[in-house]
Formats: sequence, structure tokens, C-alpha cells
Amino acid sequence: MQWYWLPEYLPQFLEGLVITLKLLIYSIVIGMALAIPIGLVQVTGPRWLAWLARAFCTSIRGTPLLIQLWLLYYGLGSLFPLMPELRESFLWPYLRDAFPYAIVAFSLSVAGYEGEVMRAAFKGVPKGELEAARAFGMGRFTLLRRVWLPRAVQNVFPTLAGEAVLTLKSTPLAATITVFDVYGVGSIVRQETYRVYEPLLLVAGIYVFLTLIIVLLFRWLENRVPRPV
Amino acid sequence: MDSLFANFHYLSFDEGGWGWNLLRGLASTLQISLGAYLLGLIIGLAGAFGKINGSAPLKWMLEFFTTLMRAVPELVLILLIYYAGTSAINHVLELMGLRPVDISGLVAGIFVLGVVVGAYAIEVIRGAMLAVPRGQQEAAEAFGMSRWQVLRRITLPAMLPFALPGMSNLWLNVTKNTALLAVVGFSELALTTRQAAGTTRAYFMFFFAAAVLYLIITLISNQLFHALEKHSRRGQPELT
Repeated sequence: MQWYWLPEYLPQFLEGLVITLKLLIYSIVIGMALAIPIGLVQVTGPRWLAWLARAFCTSIRGTPLLIQLWLLYYGLGSLFPLMPELRESFLWPYLRDAFPYAIVAFSLSVAGYEGEVMRAAFKGVPKGELEAARAFGMGRFTLLRRVWLPRAVQNVFPTLAGEAVLTLKSTPLAATITVFDVYGVGSIVRQETYRVYEPLLLVAGIYVFLTLIIVLLFRWLENRVPRPV
Repeated sequence: MDSLFANFHYLSFDEGGWGWNLLRGLASTLQISLGAYLLGLIIGLAGAFGKINGSAPLKWMLEFFTTLMRAVPELVLILLIYYAGTSAINHVLELMGLRPVDISGLVAGIFVLGVVVGAYAIEVIRGAMLAVPRGQQEAAEAFGMSRWQVLRRITLPAMLPFALPGMSNLWLNVTKNTALLAVVGFSELALTTRQAAGTTRAYFMFFFAAAVLYLIITLISNQLFHALEKHSRRGQPELT
């Protein structure tokens, strides 16, 4: 074991850590924001919308994230330059960068997996509670905000913690499209120093540490939420 | 948008088409998946048995193994196990006075993914084993069955309905995780697709085609596992 390279690459690892955290947080926030309506329409929506949401979840869950990422970055990314109107638009600088593709791919993935979780969660809220809320004169959105959504999230909270860890573990895929997260920096070190194990072990250690933080964070949040009786 | 699928002829099975290459990639993806799943199943059964019946240090070691394996990204694990595994094998060969060997991509892929699946399978199977009512095993012991007989005749068949949902998830995971081997350079569906896309420049179409192939694997597997689960629950009251 030789760690002489560590001081030299430490700043890069810190930058990588920031990228990893950004990938994780953005994709969870955007993904969950999409997952809630995707889960909801499968329970109460019109049939065509429910069918569409279901098809989306099945395709996302049935194909490797790596392929989805490459389809977006190499596939769509190679088509955009063919559209001259896009080149002039304000979107162009983002479309040339790899990072937004990673965010879109991971967010859609989170939306697909968590859409399925939220479907079960919405379905699991007892009908009587929703009827009681309606009897109090709550409108549809008030009911969703005050009763249905909080009760649904409460029921699947431990599942969501596990899913957050899974999302963290899929972020290194971004390195395959030139986003230099923690894993990507580790690969750079491996190529430049020819040390195989040390950078990989360091990267593995960082992910274990981040997993631990996620687990503790969710446990703390779970304790703050009143328990279902 | 007509450029999306304008290069459809690249998918053909004629000369100049990549159809056969993709199918070969699909075949090796399935091969690696099956092999890794079987290896994972063996590791899972042995590990779960050890976690339930083993000595304290063994339990502690298994706990450490499964926790670590589930906290580190698969991509990192694949690289670590691949490098560590191949160099360990060659080290052993050297000690035995043999020449180092080039380990084939297929074997290495199966081994690497099998260990990863195994770590998850230990947890799934352990949970399923614990869900079998203790009285059934005690009854079997009272009949004079040995530990092995109890496992084979009672615990394994009775735990199947509890284990199958988790195990079907693991199968779907392993088929999708084979794509990660492309990063290490194993020739399976994802890497073949990437080569095809790079050569023809029809990126969108090829990755879309690969996604469809993976989706077909998933949908067929879902049906199979559904049937298997139904079969394993025969004679039990319907679950709601």
C-alpha cells in the first residue's frame, strides 16, 4: 500500500465529492418531484395517464441505467448538433456539457423506481382517512397536501432511505460520460499513478462513509416524523 | 427527427448489419447473468446458513461482508474484485510453480457479478429462512431428521415463497448489472452496442435497440418468476 499520491490529488477528490453530492441531491429532488405525480396518477388518474406512467416505470426499471445514460448522452447528444435552431438557443452551453445529461438520466431513473414505490404508498393509505378528510370539506389538493401525501410518505420512509443509498451507488456511472465525480477522480489517479488498489479502496471508503451519512440522516428524519400507530 | 431511425439497415442480419453482433452480445449477457446468478445463489445459501447457524466470529465476518458489499457501488466492486481476484489466482498459480493465466472475460465476469449478487442473496435467503415457522423445523427434528435433511426437506421448500420476490429482483439486477462489465471491457451487449454505435455513428438507434433487448429480458423474466412464485405458493391461502 502506497499513499504518496494522496496529498497531490486530495483537492481533486474534494471537487469530485462535491460533484457526487450534487448528482445525488439534484437527482433525488427532481426525481421525487416527478415520482409523486407518477405514483398518484396510477392510483387515481385517468386510465391512459395511468397506463403511460406504468409504461414509463416499467421501461426505466427494465433497462440498465448505463444504457439510459448513454442513450441520452451519446444518442440524443449526437442529434442535437444537427438542429441549427438549438445551436443558437440559450440551452446550447448546457447541451454540450455532460453534467446535465447525468442529472436528467439519474432523475428519470429515480422517478421510475420511486414512482413505483409511491404508487404502492398512495394505495396503502386507508380509504377511511381520505373519506374523513373529504367529509371535513377538504378540496382535492388540500387533501393531498394534508393527508394523502404525508401518510403515504410516512409508510414508505424506510424504503426511501434504501432507495437513496441505491441512487448514491449509481452516481459513479456518470464517470463513463466524462463527469468527474469521486469515482472518476479515482480512475484518473489509477491511470496516472498506475496504483490499482489504493485509489479504488479510497473511493470505496468514501462511498461507505456517504452511505452511513444517508442512513443516519434518514433515521434522524424518521424519528422526527410521528410514527404510524 | 427523421434522423433518429434513418439508419435502420444497420440492425439487419445481412452483411454490413450489426444484427448478429447484437444477438451475440445478448447471448453473452445471458450467459454471464445465468452463471453469476447461480454462483450468487450458492454464496447466498451458504452465507445465509452461516449467518443463522454459524459461530459468532463467522456471523460477524458475514455481517461485515454483506454490509460492505451493499454500501459500495457495484462499479467499484467489479473493478476491485476483478483486479484482486485475477491477481490472487495468478499469485496462487505462481506459488504452485505454474505459469500465470489470462482469465477469460466470461469467467471473470461471472465471478465478479456472482460475488456481488451473493452478498445480496445472503440477506434475501436469510430473511426467508427466518420466516419459516420454527415449529416446522422442530417437528422435523423430532422425527429424527438430520440437520441436512431438515434443510433439504423442510426449510428450503418452505422458504421458497418468501425468497422468490427478492430473488427475482436480484435476477433482474444481475441482468442489468452485466452492462457495467462494459466499463471493464468485457464484450457483452452494452459494449457490443457501444462499438456498433461508434462505428456507424447511429448512436441513438443502437442504444435504443439495446434498451429494447434488455427490456425484453426483463419482461420475459417477470412472467417466469411470476409463474414460479405461483407454483411455490400452491396449496397456500391466497395473499391479498
